[in-house]
Amino acid sequence: MTRYVVAEVAEFPDKGIRRIEVAGRELCLIRLGDEFFALMDVCPHGGAKLSAGRLSGTVESEGPGDYRPCRTSEMLKCPWHGWEYDVRTGQSWSDPKSTRTRAYSAEAIAGGELAKGPYVADTVPVEVDGNYVVVNLPVSAAR
Amino acid sequence: MSGHLFRIDADFHLPQVAISDLLPYLNEHWRQQLIEREITSSPFRLTSYPPNSPLTLNPAYEGLDVSGALDRFGTGIAIASMLHGVVALHNPDMRAALMSAVNDHVAKAWLDNEPRLRGSIYVSGDDPAASVAEIERLAGDKRFVQVLMLAMQEIHHGNRHYWPIYEACQKHGLALAIHAGGLYRVPPSVSGWPSYQFEDYVMQSMVFENILTGLAGEGVFQKFPDLKVVFLESGFAWLPTTIWRNDKTWRGVRQEVPWLDRKPSEILAGRVFVTLQPCDPPGPDELRQTIKHIGGTDMLLYSSDYPHRQFTGDDPLPEGLSEDALVGILAGNALRAYPRLADDPVVRRAGETLEAPA
Amino acid sequence: MNQPFIETNATTRPRIFDCDIHPAHKSASTLFPYMEQRWVEHMQTFGTHIRQALVGQLAYPRMTANGMRMDAKPEVGPPGSDLQMLRDQHLDPLGIEIGNLIALSRGGMEERNPDLAAAMSYASNEWQIAEWLEPEPRLRGGIVVAQDNPEAAVAEIERLAGDKRFVQVIMSTRPYETPGSRKYWPIYRAAAEAGLPIGLHPVGFSNGKPSTGTGWPSFYFQEHYTFVPSAEALVTSLVIDGVFEAFPKLKVAIIEGGFSWIPALGWRMDKHFDTFHKEVPHLKRKPSEYMKEHFWWSTQPMEEPKKPRDIVDVIDWIGWDRLMYSSDYPHWDYDDAYRIFRFPVEPHQREAVLSGNASKLYGYA
Repeated sequence: MTRYVVAEVAEFPDKGIRRIEVAGRELCLIRLGDEFFALMDVCPHGGAKLSAGRLSGTVESEGPGDYRPCRTSEMLKCPWHGWEYDVRTGQSWSDPKSTRTRAYSAEAIAGGELAKGPYVADTVPVEVDGNYVVVNLPVSAAR
Repeated sequence: MSGHLFRIDADFHLPQVAISDLLPYLNEHWRQQLIEREITSSPFRLTSYPPNSPLTLNPAYEGLDVSGALDRFGTGIAIASMLHGVVALHNPDMRAALMSAVNDHVAKAWLDNEPRLRGSIYVSGDDPAASVAEIERLAGDKRFVQVLMLAMQEIHHGNRHYWPIYEACQKHGLALAIHAGGLYRVPPSVSGWPSYQFEDYVMQSMVFENILTGLAGEGVFQKFPDLKVVFLESGFAWLPTTIWRNDKTWRGVRQEVPWLDRKPSEILAGRVFVTLQPCDPPGPDELRQTIKHIGGTDMLLYSSDYPHRQFTGDDPLPEGLSEDALVGILAGNALRAYPRLADDPVVRRAGETLEAPA
Repeated sequence: MNQPFIETNATTRPRIFDCDIHPAHKSASTLFPYMEQRWVEHMQTFGTHIRQALVGQLAYPRMTANGMRMDAKPEVGPPGSDLQMLRDQHLDPLGIEIGNLIALSRGGMEERNPDLAAAMSYASNEWQIAEWLEPEPRLRGGIVVAQDNPEAAVAEIERLAGDKRFVQVIMSTRPYETPGSRKYWPIYRAAAEAGLPIGLHPVGFSNGKPSTGTGWPSFYFQEHYTFVPSAEALVTSLVIDGVFEAFPKLKVAIIEGGFSWIPALGWRMDKHFDTFHKEVPHLKRKPSEYMKEHFWWSTQPMEEPKKPRDIVDVIDWIGWDRLMYSSDYPHWDYDDAYRIFRFPVEPHQREAVLSGNASKLYGYA
């Protein structure tokens, strides 16, 4: 792993989305409160730049006519076809019941018991190191 | 190959009763009205099926009456419908009275006399309250196994307007059957009224595409988790497009219809059934390809569409169906489509040749 | 990673012709410079008179950014209204060699006042020339006609037929009558004589008829699907009404109507032709033969079956020589030319779909 500084925490607005080029790769960097997330900046479905999308929540329902907004700002809507990606995992969303389950913890997702959509956007580990946002890219990615 | 298997024919038509023969089933007011206004002399024929059209009469049945047609293909049970023109009336009270009379006539003249026939409770979509009352009135007669509506109505089939009817269907274990043809109040296509009957008939399957999309999109299958829907004379080669397209569109517009909590194709599985005739694919290869694209034969119900002309030759069963699929297509799928057939005495007697319902 | 089939090797970059690009009006007055003062005043006073309840919007709100790509909004005006953005975002990065403009709405296709409809279609075509075709040689125009004023439509075709930058005639897919109706035959005659295909693309305006044969849907999820039966009905009507017996040289492009249904419709028409042929003695051949001879189809929105290879069966029936790439820029269900094949294709098949077939239909070198 190689660490790259990609942004200053202070100048990155909350709920901001930015396209960032690092080591020849294009990343979509997202801030939610004190957390930062990074996805490879290409929609695995149609090829759009995810950084042109919008942060959104999703909607659950108990039946026709029932609308329950949830996961506020935690889903990235692709700018073209409107597919929803979970910014925490990059998982495409086709199943709101799993969305609810997913919110519990990262460990639950690693357990692989959830229904998953057909596409996963590549995620990249991000951390905040003092005043800087840092991503960890595998050495092979730094082409 | 399939001669020994029990056959349930899901689309079988009874000859239309004359209005004058409905008089015994009507109260004094309607008897008087029909006679004095000379409504008894009106034919009440639906435009969709002109009586002498080659569509309406299949030469394969020439000289055969209802029982003869059942004998001809070894039919064990036929789900019968009488597509009577009374449904097209605008007067809600006259329409309800005449539709009840048609249903009573079917029970007395046909179900009482031919033990292989099962009936449809024919209702108007225009007046859900009257339709629910009619379902409640007849639901105790277990020989009625479905509620029958037409495909081309004024209000879309998925619309909440009809939900009381669907609720009554679910409550009584009656399938909701939607048959080709319609009220001719809106054009069959968004681009307008076609010039020819041929064109009009071809467009019927397009209406079913929209009906399926509407039932799914408006959440009918979620709202009524036990409701089964049967499309009669709908064709089925359009299904791959509708399934693929709905699954794809859903991914982008899911938030508008969040009750669709999984792909529409998964929601439809086991809930929607389509009759085999007309079988539009021209040969066994095209039929096999269509089935491959649909993903199987679980939705298909054997049908003859008696007496309409949908097939040539000796068997309504098209070539190209695998032996494995036949048990389901001929009867097993119908048992999943029509909850009431599970307790049907004829079906129980035939049990040993039937696939156990899933 | 479940990557689709993509090729990005620059040395084998294919030629790409895009059959569906939507230019948009910058503002409500965009067409005024191309209209007589009388009509400008009419528009300012009365506006348009169409057969739906809402003016300037659709009754089924779209899900994504008013039906547009979220990333396609210029600083001024709606998506699709800025030529430079079209270049930067679509033509240049994809290497689009030729793009066909499909000017939807506000071009008079839905207008009820017959003279206003004619004035709007004239203006829409002049606007295409001045603001798109002149400044950008990669673009081609479609002659927008007021088809419910067939006389004016024919005059407009004849006026522009000599301008080789116009490559087809665009009609509404929600006309007053089904497109096979004889009312429209003078338009087909004029198009055939000018050697111009008819381009048919779905429109969202209702034009006074429900979008299904059983009434209005409730949700956009359903309305989006209606584009498919709508396209099926267009083909059915044109074939069965005998348009191609009357105009054997006429060619039709079905744009954004989908294509996975084409074999099933051909089978259905052929099957029931056996039953009904005496009603339509003007048809000399099986309906599917007219489909195969007279129609071209576009790719977008690309069908995405669970098993992507199922699409190969479909295209085998249609013919690899009849399907043409279309992007639908700047609409939300845009397709990138490099992403449409989610199944293996032969190089010559890819070449045909991305450019070769459009080249033959529209006469591109």
